Amino acid sequence: MKIPILYNLRSLRARPTATLTTALGMALVVAVFIGMMALSIGFQAALVETGSTENILVLRRGADSELSSGINRDVANAISALPFVAKDSDGEPLISPETFVVVGLERRNGGMANVVIRGVSPKAFDVRNGIRITKGRTFRPGSGEIIVGETLVKRIPNTEIGESLRFAGRDWEVVGHFAAGGSSFESEVWGENELFMPVFRGEVFQTIALRMEDPSAFEGVVETLEADPRLAVDAQLEREFYANQGTLLGDLLRFLAVFIAGVMAIGAVFGAVNTMYSAVDSRAPEIGVLLALGFKPRSVLASFVVESMLIALLGGLIGCLIALPINGLVTSTTNWNSFSEVAFAFRVTPPLLLAGIVFALVMGVIGGFLPARRAAKRPVVEALREVGS
Amino acid sequence: MKHARLVWKNLTRNKRRSTLTILSVGVALFLFAALQSVLTALDATSEVGSESRLITRNATGIVFPLPEAYTQRLRSVDGVEAVSWANWFGGTYIDSRNYFAQFAVDEGTFFSMYPEVQIDPAQLEAFNGEKSGAIVGQGLMERFGWSLGQTIVLQGTIFPGDWEFVIRGVYEPDNPSFGDENMYFHYDYLFENSGEAATPGWFIVRPSDPNLATEVAARIDGSFENSSDPTKTETEKAFQAGFVTMWGNVGFLVRAIGTAVFFAILLVAANTMMMSSRERVNEVAVLKTLGYRDGLLSRLVVAESLAISVVGGVIGLAAASVMLRNNEMLGSILPGYTVLPSTMLQGLAIAIVLGLISGLVPARQAARLSVVDALRRVA
Repeated sequence: MKIPILYNLRSLRARPTATLTTALGMALVVAVFIGMMALSIGFQAALVETGSTENILVLRRGADSELSSGINRDVANAISALPFVAKDSDGEPLISPETFVVVGLERRNGGMANVVIRGVSPKAFDVRNGIRITKGRTFRPGSGEIIVGETLVKRIPNTEIGESLRFAGRDWEVVGHFAAGGSSFESEVWGENELFMPVFRGEVFQTIALRMEDPSAFEGVVETLEADPRLAVDAQLEREFYANQGTLLGDLLRFLAVFIAGVMAIGAVFGAVNTMYSAVDSRAPEIGVLLALGFKPRSVLASFVVESMLIALLGGLIGCLIALPINGLVTSTTNWNSFSEVAFAFRVTPPLLLAGIVFALVMGVIGGFLPARRAAKRPVVEALREVGS
Repeated sequence: MKHARLVWKNLTRNKRRSTLTILSVGVALFLFAALQSVLTALDATSEVGSESRLITRNATGIVFPLPEAYTQRLRSVDGVEAVSWANWFGGTYIDSRNYFAQFAVDEGTFFSMYPEVQIDPAQLEAFNGEKSGAIVGQGLMERFGWSLGQTIVLQGTIFPGDWEFVIRGVYEPDNPSFGDENMYFHYDYLFENSGEAATPGWFIVRPSDPNLATEVAARIDGSFENSSDPTKTETEKAFQAGFVTMWGNVGFLVRAIGTAVFFAILLVAANTMMMSSRERVNEVAVLKTLGYRDGLLSRLVVAESLAISVVGGVIGLAAASVMLRNNEMLGSILPGYTVLPSTMLQGLAIAIVLGLISGLVPARQAARLSVVDALRRVA
């Protein structure tokens, strides 16, 4: 027969300090775990969401980043005429040959940030993923106007609408702000490709983004593009390309999350073991009574493990509460692949919270097992003898 | 210290509990040392940059190169003693996961400016005599199992194609923070084989008087202000520090985690002490009746918690020192990663604070204990 869980709840209430300190210790472990994971998830999500699964990104053969790539105009023209490129309602190909450079801009709080300046074609707003003008308007071709990603506005001065941002030796008028679903585009400055080309790297595009007529046939598209000797390009699903740029750092952060939280957990589990042993020792008479009443040792074991898990559950929940406010907090790091600063938000997702609670419960089981076994193995007579004392 | 025996007896009464608490403090201090060393290594990376060398780069951004013709103009700037240049190659060895830095350098001027790169003179001569020669860090040699004279092939990402290099020299840095996983090769080799497309990525300038470095930097930038490519010149140290900040706010992250670790273990240790003292209420009452002062009784409790936390701290820090100091794997991820003596001292200070605070509540309880109430419980 099972010992009712109410017994455990009441026992925990009877010694609130020990319960709370143990739970809080675990809560901090869970909070660190969730915080670090939210950092990793946020960073990777920002890069994954930069790319669409309906697009192909074309780079010069051998180039591993937009920065190191270079594609001539005739190659761009040849690609835009290919049949698998989707067309808009006017029959124009949905393709954006883009220039890509990284410039150093002064930050609001001092220091330099490496910012992506992307020159796009007018079609880019249809090709690229979820670009939305949130304030002002988009740039007019041939005008020297630029639009600025939303997260950049907060970090870089002179990016408000009507202000002028200075880079590459001239001023550029900011006419709009744009959002891109939290992706790394929001850390970029966009302007017209034809205008940026002569200013930066001469008659050459860096990458070409194109929307596919049939996204399910992307393997064939990639093959056709890469096999064409005139083009000498590498092609990738856009989502994969950007996602790959985040793998290394994302994996490192995840490893650190598990390592740091894991090591911390050892300390917290030791704390739980102490608390549970103390509980088992001070309740020897109760355990004796339970056993004498006919509860199986197995039930006593289960009951104490459950009690430890209850403490852990409390800790897990508090840990989630501690970690929740960091959701949405924006921080930045460098995408070393393109040598540019990427701002991204911590993402505390429901599955992550669940993982945090599971983590706590695992700590609870490990911390409660040995003390619970001791409780269960106690001979009835000896336990009851202590009642008399 | 005549009460040391009493503290010792109390500590060893519940051996399992003391051991577990000591170990959790140890784990926390181990983590502290590991994390703090990331910060000290990053600091060391920005320190490794010399203050007596200037880096001149394109003002628009680090990814923009500069014309080679700037060499002569830089040399003619007042206060400039020597000029060298380098460029980032960005090649891939077999797989992009095998990342390491490759620099195309002007062999005639570069190595004399970088005494940090220590090479056997005979090897340097062999390198100079071979167009496709390369000088490789000792760490890199070991990582890929390369040997002197071996030909390696890198795939260019910025400069397309397969590039062959012959390893002609191995360097050791004079300071681990400099890193022993770089590769240097001839700038001319890059220039000729890139269809003469390569230009210097940045210039390295040695001012004749290191004390005038900032003035010389300003003079350099002033002289290029109205040219097609304006420059930005700063000390190499500032340049390196800029790179470190590119990682983002690592310092804040480490401090946040460190604080959480501290409080988590503080709770564990404080809880242990409170459990212990709760079990000893009647003993404390007896001691009080025997004439022990409140102050002494609190000090005994604090001494016990201090002992737990200092022993734990020493164990954790010692483990960190053994496992992390000059750890090769960590050193290759973050050059110069090691546990500094200053980190150990900080850790010890933290352990002492931890011990003092965790003993605080039970110490006060012991002092305030009412003898009558406590003894009633004994009955």
